[in-house]
Amino acid sequence: MRMEKSGLRIADRAENPCHSTMPDPQSSILLRTTAEDHHIARMAAVALGLAIIEGAIPSPLPGVKPGLANIVTLIVLSRHGWRVAAWVSLLRVLAGSLLFGNFLAPGFFLSLSGTLLSLLALGLAMHLPGRWFGPVSQSIIAAFAHISGQMMVVYLWLIPQAGIAYLIPVFAAAALVFGTVNGAIAASFMEEREMREFKV
Amino acid sequence: MKSGMQVFCHIKPGDWLTMCIGCVVVVSLALKLWNGELADKVVIKSRGKLFLEVPLSRNQRIEVPGYMGISLVAIENRRVRIASDPGPRQYCVRQGWLKQAGEIALCLPNQVSVELVGSHKRYDSLNY
Repeated sequence: MRMEKSGLRIADRAENPCHSTMPDPQSSILLRTTAEDHHIARMAAVALGLAIIEGAIPSPLPGVKPGLANIVTLIVLSRHGWRVAAWVSLLRVLAGSLLFGNFLAPGFFLSLSGTLLSLLALGLAMHLPGRWFGPVSQSIIAAFAHISGQMMVVYLWLIPQAGIAYLIPVFAAAALVFGTVNGAIAASFMEEREMREFKV
Repeated sequence: MKSGMQVFCHIKPGDWLTMCIGCVVVVSLALKLWNGELADKVVIKSRGKLFLEVPLSRNQRIEVPGYMGISLVAIENRRVRIASDPGPRQYCVRQGWLKQAGEIALCLPNQVSVELVGSHKRYDSLNY
């Protein structure tokens, strides 16, 4: 769990900034972390691991990726709610961009816009009646939102040409397929295991 | 690892609905975006000579001097039209918005033409 320890510094959030901890002589920055923070960091680390594994898979078209890290987001969403899921996926985007070396590069803003929009969509999709709609629906909706967010950045900022529109059906088809697969994986995972069995 | 069939057991009825809607979205996107070439830029000709080539991405109004006077070309939301023309019959004005590559509006009396082109032209030439 080395990832978790280094992730802590990023994930530390001062829930209670007035907490009277004695200043550490080595470090002037000491943030109080809660068990939830640790959990968020751990989940973000798992998501990051999946994102790195995914980076090794060659893609026929730049931008078409399975988005395996979203499986973690889906599981966290159903077990801990939207707020924690948002933390996990935004941390994953930030830490991932630092690891991949594209922080503040176009690729970073593509991930960020996609993630923000899919989080918004998940916030709506989680209120679908659970009897009929499971993680698969949430995953598909989030995948479409993700690709829409990315397309907005591409179109408004990176490549303002009509040409990119040709690829939209391909991206949408990939969103449908990978969204379904990720959702099904998340659903079967959740039925089978408890969170404590996460081994990193 | 679970087998593929077992994974599908976790798909709820509403999820199938979501998948179907997703398929409809993908197919309609494909039909809409792959039907005909999308235009990239406008080629404006006046009195047989190239007057201006402008991208469709920026909304603007262009005054094109022709044989009779000034034709006004308007670009808006990736479409183009002749907004006004001194010609007597106003055919090119009434043609309205041009959207797809290859569409062309001719103001014959004023000898002004507006043509939409994509990344590659569909016709090499127009013959009479």
